[in-house]
Amino acid sequence: MAERAILEVENLSISLPSGADRPLAVEEISFALARNEILCVVGESGSGKSMCANAIMGLLPRPHVQPVGGTIRFEGEDLLSLPESRLRDLRGSRIGMIFQEPMTALNPLMRIGEQIDEVFDAHGVLSKAERRARVVELLRDVGLPDPEHLGESYPFRLSGGQRQRVMIAMALALEPAILIADEPTTALDVTTQAQILDLIKKLQAEHHMAVMFITHDFGVVAEIADRVAVMQYGKIVEMGPAEQVLNDPQHDYTRRLIAAVPQFEPPERPQIEGPPLLSVKALEKTYVTERGLFTQGRRVPAAQEVSFDIRKGETLGLVGESGSGKSTVGRCIVRLLDTDGGEIRFGEIDLAGLKGKALRPHRRHVQMIFQDPYASLNPRSKVGTIVAEGPIAHGTPRAEALARAHELLHLVGLDPSAAERFPHEFSGGQRQRIGIARALALEPELLVADEPVSALDVSVQAQVLDLLAEIKQRLHLAMLFITHDLRVAAQICDNIAVMKLGRIVEYGPTRRVFDDPQHAYTKALLAAVPGKRWSIPEVALEHARQHARRVAS
Amino acid sequence: MQKLIYIAKRLVKAVFVLLAIVVLNFFLIRAAPGDPAQVMAGEAGAADEIFIAQLREEFGLDEPLHVQLWIYVSDIVTLDMGYSYRQDEPVAKLVFERLPATLLLTGTAFVLSILLGVLLGALAAARVGKWTDSLITVVALVFYATPLFWIALMAILLFSVKLGWLPGFGMFSVGADYTGFAAVLDVLQHLILPAATLGLFFMAIYARLTRASMLEVMDMDFVKTARAKGVAPARITRIHVLRNAILPVITLAGIQAGQLVGGAVLTETVFAWPGIGRLMFDALLQRDYNLLLGVFFVSSAMVILFNLVTDVVYTLVDPRIELK
Repeated sequence: MAERAILEVENLSISLPSGADRPLAVEEISFALARNEILCVVGESGSGKSMCANAIMGLLPRPHVQPVGGTIRFEGEDLLSLPESRLRDLRGSRIGMIFQEPMTALNPLMRIGEQIDEVFDAHGVLSKAERRARVVELLRDVGLPDPEHLGESYPFRLSGGQRQRVMIAMALALEPAILIADEPTTALDVTTQAQILDLIKKLQAEHHMAVMFITHDFGVVAEIADRVAVMQYGKIVEMGPAEQVLNDPQHDYTRRLIAAVPQFEPPERPQIEGPPLLSVKALEKTYVTERGLFTQGRRVPAAQEVSFDIRKGETLGLVGESGSGKSTVGRCIVRLLDTDGGEIRFGEIDLAGLKGKALRPHRRHVQMIFQDPYASLNPRSKVGTIVAEGPIAHGTPRAEALARAHELLHLVGLDPSAAERFPHEFSGGQRQRIGIARALALEPELLVADEPVSALDVSVQAQVLDLLAEIKQRLHLAMLFITHDLRVAAQICDNIAVMKLGRIVEYGPTRRVFDDPQHAYTKALLAAVPGKRWSIPEVALEHARQHARRVAS
Repeated sequence: MQKLIYIAKRLVKAVFVLLAIVVLNFFLIRAAPGDPAQVMAGEAGAADEIFIAQLREEFGLDEPLHVQLWIYVSDIVTLDMGYSYRQDEPVAKLVFERLPATLLLTGTAFVLSILLGVLLGALAAARVGKWTDSLITVVALVFYATPLFWIALMAILLFSVKLGWLPGFGMFSVGADYTGFAAVLDVLQHLILPAATLGLFFMAIYARLTRASMLEVMDMDFVKTARAKGVAPARITRIHVLRNAILPVITLAGIQAGQLVGGAVLTETVFAWPGIGRLMFDALLQRDYNLLLGVFFVSSAMVILFNLVTDVVYTLVDPRIELK
C-alpha cells in the first residue's frame, strides 16, 4: 500500500427519512481509497453500501436522504461542502460511476455515440472532430465490436454486457481518478460477468485508477478485490486486505456471510435409483411473435428436443444463462404453457397431451415455486388464504384447508399466526417460505423451483436452500431446480442439465459435470464462476456450525 | 423504404375499415326515429300521407333499405358523397366549404394546447413540490374539470360583453368587408375566444400527462447516469427526461387530432363559428341523411389518417418502435 490515499472518507453519516427502519443509512464510517487499488465494499441489501457511493458522487436523493456528519476529502476538497456546480465539474471528469442495471442505465432514445459525447460536452473539452475520434477509441478500448459504426446505434441493439461496456466507456471518457462501480455485474450472465470483471481489472491497471467496487457477492470479491470493507447496518464491521478478509475473517458477521456462500465444489452424492417419476421426452416449444394480417410472426425456439428424467427424491438442476429456455421448460412442465411437441410423462399420464378440465385434477402433482417473492403473492389476500387456495380449488373444505395452511406455515418455519397477515408484512426470505408452503399445500410429488433464491441476500438464500433440502428429504419429493447460479446448483442438485439456446447440451451427475465437463459451453460456464479458486475458509464454516448448534439447542 | 411499404399497407387496410364505418353509419342514422320527408312535411305544416310519400319517392327513400345502402356505398367508392336535397347542393361542396373554418379553429386549439400543455407540464415537473408546481396543477385541474360550454359562455360574458375586448360570435365582422391584412387580423380576433375555449381542456390534459410522465422518467436509471456524467440539470430535463416522457403525449395528441373535424360541435354552436360542426348539427336535426353521412365520412377518414400519422411519429421519436 505504497500509494497515498486520494479519497478519504471520515466519520461519514447519512440520514434516512423519518419512519425508516433506522435513523442513519450510514453511521460514522471511515475508509480511504488509494491510487491503483480496487476496494470492494461488501454487504447485504440495506447495509448502506450504495448510499456511501452516492454520497461520494453527490447523487443522494436529497433532501430525504442526506449526509449529516463527517467529510469526504478528494484532491484537497471536502466533497460534502462543495456547491452543486463544482460537484458537477468533478462528476464524470474526476470521478466516474457505473451502475447495476445496464438495460436501463442508457437513454433508450439517444445514440450510443451521442451519450458518450455528452460527457465531453458537459465538461466543455475537445473539438467536435477530436470528440468523434475519442468516442471510437473508447468503444474500442472497452472491447466493443465495430467501434466506428457502433456509436450510431441505439442502446436497444446491444446486449446487457455490451451496454455495460458502453457505461464503462462513458465513465472512463475523461480518465477519472476514481471509478465507482455499484454492483456492475449483478444483472449480467455469469460468462458476461467474467468478461466485465476482466475489463474493469485491465482498465484499472492501465489507467492506475482507484476503483470502489460495491457488491454483495464474495465470489466477485475473491476475483477482483485488493482490499475489502464489509458493511452491516450502515457500519463497516471489518476492513483489510482481500487475502486476509476472505481467508481469515475476524468479525462474526463476515464469518457468517462467507459461510453462507455456497461452495463451488459439489459434494459426493449417492446415485438415486428407481423408476422415473417425471419423464420429459423431446419437448418442443417455440414462441411466435407479432403475427399480423400482412406479416409473418418471428419464431423463437425456446425448447428443442429437451429430454430428461427425474426420480423420486432426486433434485435435477436445470442451469443456463438468460434466454437459454430453462424457465420455459419449467413452465411447460407445470403446464402454465402449452407445448408444441414431445411428451411430459408423469407416472401413467402424458401432461403435455391434456388440456383444460382433463388437466385440472393432475395439476396438483406438480407445483411451482417462483423467483420473485414480491410479485408472486397476491398483495390483497391473507397469507392463510393464499396457502389454502389450491386445496380449496381442488375440493377440500375451507376450514380443513385453512387448518392445514397453519401446519404448513409451521413446517416452513413461520409462526402459524402469519396466516392472518398480508404478504407485505413479510421480508423477502419469509415470503419465499410462504411461496414454498403454498406449493406444498397441494401435496405435490414434484416441485419446480424457478430461481427460488436468486432475489435473496446470501444469508437468507442459505436458509431457504436448507429449508428446501429438509422438506424434500422429509416428504421424499422430486425437484426440478432452475438456476443460473452454478454454486447453488453444485450444492443441492443430484444431476444437472445444462441448457443453451433451447437445447440441453450436457446432462449428467453434478459431480461428473463439474469435474469433467464434456461440452465446450459447460466448460466456459464453469470457468466463468467468480472466485472459483477461493475455497470457503474453515474458520467461517466452523463459526456457522457453532451458530447452528446454538440455534438448535 | 420499409416505412413506405408499411404506410401503403396501412392505407389499404384503412380503405376496408372506412367502408365498414360507412355501412355502420348508414344503419346508425336510419335507427334514429323520423326521416327527412317527415321533417320537411312537419316544417311545411302539411303532414298528409300523400305529400310525405311523394317526398320519399323524390329522395329515393321508398326503395328497400339494402338497395339504398347499395346505391350509397357504390357512390362513396367513387368518392361521390351524394346530394343534399335539403340544402339543394352537393354534399362535397357543402363539406369542403365549411372545412377550412373548422380546421382553422381546431388546428389552432390543437397546436396551442400541445405547446402550452407540454410547457406547463414540464415546468411543473421540473419544480415539483414548489409553488409553481402547485399553481399549474390547480389551474390544470380547474380547466380539466369545468364543462366546455360553461367556459365558453363565461368567456363571452367577460371578454366581449363586459370588457368588449374581443368579438363573441362569428368568424368575420358583419358588414366590415376588410381586405388583406385587416381581414386576417379580423379573423384572428374572432378566433381567440373559441380556440382558447376548445384548447384549454386539452391543454389541461397535456399538462397533467406531461407532468406525471416526466416525474416517472426522472426516477429512471439513465437520468442518474446523466447526472453522474456531470450534465447540467436544464439539459437533463430537456434532452433526457422530456423526450422520453413525450410518448404518452403523442398518443393523446393522435386522439385529439382525430377529432379535428368532428370535435368542435359545441364550441362552434356557442360561438356561431361557421364550421363543419354546426353543419353536422343542423343536418342531424333535419335528418339530412346524405349530408350527415358525408360529414361522418370525412371525420372517420381523418381519425384513420391521424392514427397512421401518430404511428409514424412514434417511430421518429422512439427508435425502438419499428413499422412492420
